[in-house]
Amino acid sequence: MAVTVSIPTILRTHTGGEKSVSANGATLAEVIDDLENNHGGLKARLVKEGALHRFVNVYVNDEDVRFAGGLEAAVKDGDNVTILPAVAGG
Amino acid sequence: MLVIRRDLVDAMVAHARRDHPDEACGVIAGPYGSDRPERFIEMENAERSPTFYRFDAAEQLKVWREMDANDEVPVVIYHSHTATEAYPSRTDISFAGEPDAHYVLVSTRDPIEHELRSYRIVDGVVTEEPVKIIES
Repeated sequence: MAVTVSIPTILRTHTGGEKSVSANGATLAEVIDDLENNHGGLKARLVKEGALHRFVNVYVNDEDVRFAGGLEAAVKDGDNVTILPAVAGG
Repeated sequence: MLVIRRDLVDAMVAHARRDHPDEACGVIAGPYGSDRPERFIEMENAERSPTFYRFDAAEQLKVWREMDANDEVPVVIYHSHTATEAYPSRTDISFAGEPDAHYVLVSTRDPIEHELRSYRIVDGVVTEEPVKIIES
């Protein structure tokens, strides 16, 4: 199942500058694995110790995946996955 | 160097004072490629804390989509420090995810005189830059 993934500026070094790329998978974890196959290095920027990194927000369509199963969030054909850097600090 | 209008500086300071002693945060959007902050957007501090801030994820998506639709980028990302100087903390540096943004810090620890400074934060390296305020 193909989804479109929006890539933030800070991660575009992994996608050759592309702002959006396509990927396949039935869950967010599968999408990220597929991204990694084509754009090496992305996974380490998104996932740490089997969970989404706290430095990024990931949305499937408009939904923050933290409230939709995290890496197990289901995706379907045509969905938009958006990655944004979390804006936070102390 | 950050070049910014006086009214936008005043708006950041007013927001920081209003939310004191909690940290205030927000964005000033500007046209892509211009490096010119123009549209002031106060954000919710989802942490409501005097020592931490985080943009609400849903609000952030909405604002980032608006910027995309307007061909804007986050030229300035600001937040306040309410008990310490206007210098990025370790957490500020570890989270900094917009290499093209000016990170503006406003300190409200002094009840009368604020402190406002600007930085680039790229790959964990903090570089302070001058702030040039232009009369609006």
